[in-house]
Amino acid sequence: MLTVNRYKCCYCGACVGVCPTCALELVETFIEVSADCKECGICTRICPVGALEIRA
Amino acid sequence: MSMKCDVVVVGAGPGGSMAAKAAAQAGLSVIMVEKRQEIGDPVRCAEGVGKWALCQMVKPEPEWIAAEVKGARIYAPDGTSIVMSEDKAGAEVGYVLERKIFDRALAMQAAQSGAKVMVKTRALGLQKKDGVPCGVSAMRAGEMLQIDAPLIIGADGVESKVGRWAGIDTTLRLQDIETCAQFLVHDPAIDDEYTEFFLGNSIAPAGYAWSFPKGEKLANVGLEILGSRSKPGEATRLLKEFVKTHYPGGRVLEMVVGGDPCTGPIESATADGVMLVGDAARQSDPLTGGGILSAMQAGIIAGQVAAKALAAGDVSRAGLKEYEDRWREDIGKHLARSYEFKEFFVKLSDKDLNQLLGSLQKEDISKMDLRGMLRVLFRLNPKLLWELRHLVV
Repeated sequence: MLTVNRYKCCYCGACVGVCPTCALELVETFIEVSADCKECGICTRICPVGALEIRA
Repeated sequence: MSMKCDVVVVGAGPGGSMAAKAAAQAGLSVIMVEKRQEIGDPVRCAEGVGKWALCQMVKPEPEWIAAEVKGARIYAPDGTSIVMSEDKAGAEVGYVLERKIFDRALAMQAAQSGAKVMVKTRALGLQKKDGVPCGVSAMRAGEMLQIDAPLIIGADGVESKVGRWAGIDTTLRLQDIETCAQFLVHDPAIDDEYTEFFLGNSIAPAGYAWSFPKGEKLANVGLEILGSRSKPGEATRLLKEFVKTHYPGGRVLEMVVGGDPCTGPIESATADGVMLVGDAARQSDPLTGGGILSAMQAGIIAGQVAAKALAAGDVSRAGLKEYEDRWREDIGKHLARSYEFKEFFVKLSDKDLNQLLGSLQKEDISKMDLRGMLRVLFRLNPKLLWELRHLVV
């Protein structure tokens, strides 16, 4: 599953823009992941601070 | 709770505020919602903006401007540099803004023009009637809120949802986003008078690093790398390296990260009852990442067209065609050209970059604009730049 390390996240929203299934939402200062997430990992690659991770 | 107005603007950045202001000035009732409790914070921007173009749209107040620069200096990977003067260097050079103050000032102008500004209010989706948007559902400080409005302007930034809710696919592919990191750095080595750009694939793959001075040896020092060349945390890792090499004694006072759309003009920025402006419409410059001015310009057009469309009683996509036509004519053409440059630029090796900037060393480019410089570059490096020949006219 996709995990967001909220201690690393700087809530920039870049991941939201690349998500192909619209599964991410930036709520002020945190990222919400919905059930639509397909664990494609695209968001993890562009995260400028490495806060996103797909975990088995 | 429910409310009613003519236009809902989602997002209170420069694009949203200009749209709200223009629409309110045209006599519409406007509600601008901003999900953050503060406007202009956190900053996700290097804050550079062209002086001339900004002054065409608003009268700059001294407190918005952190610094004014004389020009831009561009460094090749081998360290050779060229200098361009401020009035020729293009849209991102001139003023370095204080976005936290600037954004709020523009929102205040919208409010003074009659728009209602609602902070800590996040749009959750479009309300639709027979498939046509007729408002926005939102959450305001934890409470549900319905805002009925025949027109919605999506100015909701890189993470835009309004377009996607309305059926416009604004999803960014990895090659269509620059991922960025920036530190506010204090260091004696900061050049207070010039915006600096550092090219090189080891510094910032398919991107560049920058220093945008904010006065008294303080600068936004950052870099952007193309999404397709990034891996988790890469932008921050490279920035730390860059700061260590270029500003070894630097003190970091603030950290900024973000994504910059670099798609070039998207197929459609309108749907029935919906217009997108700024980063939401992917209107940022694909080559430089600059997006403040085009967002403001698009916002003004969208606000004006909103009034006309409502007066004509046609807010369908066809009724909003004037917005589409006007932004494409100006911003769109620029984006398309810039996109071609970017697509070429991202392929260049460090050797190519050294050759290009090196070839200018004997030329007087101080009075040239980008187009003039490109013409000279093409004359000196025809083989390397052959693909761009149609742009050199």
